[in-house]
Amino acid sequence: MYRNQYDNDVSVWSPQGRIHQIEYAMEAVKQGAATLGIKGKDYAVVVALKRASSDLSSHQKKIIPIDEHAGISIAGLTSDARILSRFMRTECLNHRYVYGSPLSISRLVSQVGDKAQTGTQIMGRRPYGVGLLVAGCDESGPHIYYICPSSNFYECKCMAIGSRSQSARTYLERHKDEFKNVEDLNELVAHALRALRDCLPNESELTTKNVSVGYVGRGTDFTIKDDEEVAEYLKMIEEEKPAAAPAAPAAGEEALDVQ
Amino acid sequence: MKDRVADFWREDAPVDPVKHTMRPIVTGTSVLGVKCVDGVVIAADTLGSYGSLARFRDIERLMKVNDNVLIGGFGDYADFQHIMKLLNQQTIDDAVIGDGVYRDAPSIHNWLRCVLYNRRTKFNPLWNTIIVAGNTYTGEPYLGYVDKIGVSFEDRSVATGFGAYIAQPMMRRALEENPNMTCVQARELMARCLKVLFYRDCRALNRFHIGVVTRAGCEISGPLSTDTDWSIGANPSGYE
Repeated sequence: MYRNQYDNDVSVWSPQGRIHQIEYAMEAVKQGAATLGIKGKDYAVVVALKRASSDLSSHQKKIIPIDEHAGISIAGLTSDARILSRFMRTECLNHRYVYGSPLSISRLVSQVGDKAQTGTQIMGRRPYGVGLLVAGCDESGPHIYYICPSSNFYECKCMAIGSRSQSARTYLERHKDEFKNVEDLNELVAHALRALRDCLPNESELTTKNVSVGYVGRGTDFTIKDDEEVAEYLKMIEEEKPAAAPAAPAAGEEALDVQ
Repeated sequence: MKDRVADFWREDAPVDPVKHTMRPIVTGTSVLGVKCVDGVVIAADTLGSYGSLARFRDIERLMKVNDNVLIGGFGDYADFQHIMKLLNQQTIDDAVIGDGVYRDAPSIHNWLRCVLYNRRTKFNPLWNTIIVAGNTYTGEPYLGYVDKIGVSFEDRSVATGFGAYIAQPMMRRALEENPNMTCVQARELMARCLKVLFYRDCRALNRFHIGVVTRAGCEISGPLSTDTDWSIGANPSGYE
């Protein structure tokens, strides 16, 4: 297809009614390591596979705390994620200062969406190349939101993004109607880790080094577990049958619609 | 900063001089509030005084912000109208977004504190004391006070102006004798306090509104008035 003619600028439409720069930005998310989130009855959980750029460096942090009642997990350009998470933190802080109460997650997410949208329309700018999974808890309970580089955002029962995340989405789809009744936090984390296991590259496994767990709930502040603290969760799924062989890497991913 | 000589010549310099509030013009007197077991009751009379002249005798000093919050305004009435406009706009903005998020009484109280303190810091105060009454997000009753210098607190009973000297002791004693006061009992208490205020406060009027917030919602009733007995005023000694 003559994709290349209309893809130099985000302010250029293609004859098919697509903006290619936005679609290319969404590809960046697919390059990032997998992360997924699940919403239960009282808790929202995110788990992430941390990648190390070399054997010498540490594994890249994927889960970022935003406020006591919210945190995010990222896939894509980490530097863009830093900017957006700084924005989210100041919005939450300002709201707490002015209103004395936590910013509701839907408002927070739509504010990020509004900020991200400018990069999809103004000439000379580019979309943020990062997908955010927002895990938060407010007056109306736990929430998982996915914010896309296109600046669209979706409230989800559960969602998986990043490299090889299709198999995780398959697991989540199979179990999605069970999650809303899960009251126990550990059970929710176990589901998430089982789904995450399906995103591993060949001959890898979930270890305390490459897994991050984050959760938040009514009465529970957003908490991140790394390294040794993850071991107890990994033990929960250790004895189970290993999942089906991990899906083939990204080549087979379907193109996402631009809405 | 606005007095710098260089600023005078800027293209975007304001044409009008910058004005600061020096004194209140049309004013409302006491606002009273009591927190009950089943809700909150506030009251204020309907007088807008122009100094010592009882000029506007049918103004509303209680305002419904949303189904969960009422406010009462003491002090400059124009500044109170400004605050009412800002709060109405907040409610409209929330409704327009339509995601079910609304402001509860502590949120409104906090927001007012920010606004009033900010204006005080710029030496251009909104010359008011606002009483905020309503429900928290969990349905508990809430009663707060915030004034033109940004002082802000919550209490079981609050009063502004003359009410702080005359009505507050009456309300505190009533709460001590009846810690589980209901909204119905509080309405009678308000009427009694406003009667004494009408006797003693030269800027008060015997015509008032009473606002009640419960879990079910809020309403402002009135104008009401109390019976007063001025017969002892017929032959005062020392005032001939």
